[in-house]
Amino acid sequence: MTIQLTHFSAAFVFAFFASIVFGITHRDTVRDMVRYGLYCFALFLGGTLLAGWAMWLIRR
Amino acid sequence: MANSNTARTKAAEPAQTVSTMSVIAPAVGWLIPGLGHIIQRRWIRGVLLLISITTLFVLGLMMQGHIYKANGGDILDILGFIGDLGAGGMYIATLAMNAGQGAIAFAVADYGTKFMIVAGLLNFIAVADAYHIAIGKKR
Repeated sequence: MTIQLTHFSAAFVFAFFASIVFGITHRDTVRDMVRYGLYCFALFLGGTLLAGWAMWLIRR
Repeated sequence: MANSNTARTKAAEPAQTVSTMSVIAPAVGWLIPGLGHIIQRRWIRGVLLLISITTLFVLGLMMQGHIYKANGGDILDILGFIGDLGAGGMYIATLAMNAGQGAIAFAVADYGTKFMIVAGLLNFIAVADAYHIAIGKKR
């Protein structure tokens, strides 16, 4: 069984699960875990979008 | 002077208890992601780690990612092997099933390779976290 993800969906899935692990392992309280997980998720996806637009600009 | 400071610093450090749990939790956590947390009654954390790491690894396999073996060749292959090895039981099962051969025909197969490496690396972090819980460094 194979699966074909688009670039964005692959980045989204990666960011989602990696952020969960980062949140759980890098903070002590539940509140801090959730906040840090959301922060990592935003940075992952934000970084991906920024890099995408940067490459689009370079290409032009 | 310096020696007395060092001695004082060492005395101030909390003694780390080496218990059976501090050995078992990282070991089972490596073998099955999240189990090191589950056996220490961190149910939700354990289940979330299990789902996250397993899903990343399985998605990597389904994307026809390549799994590295301990062949000691190229330095990048060795680094990839170390990352994959972190997945523990899933890595062993994948090798046993002769899966993870990689498919050049799929454009996203390289993403799959990276998914599996990152799943292994994330499991290393989860193992360290389970150890910290076992020795009382983290709640």
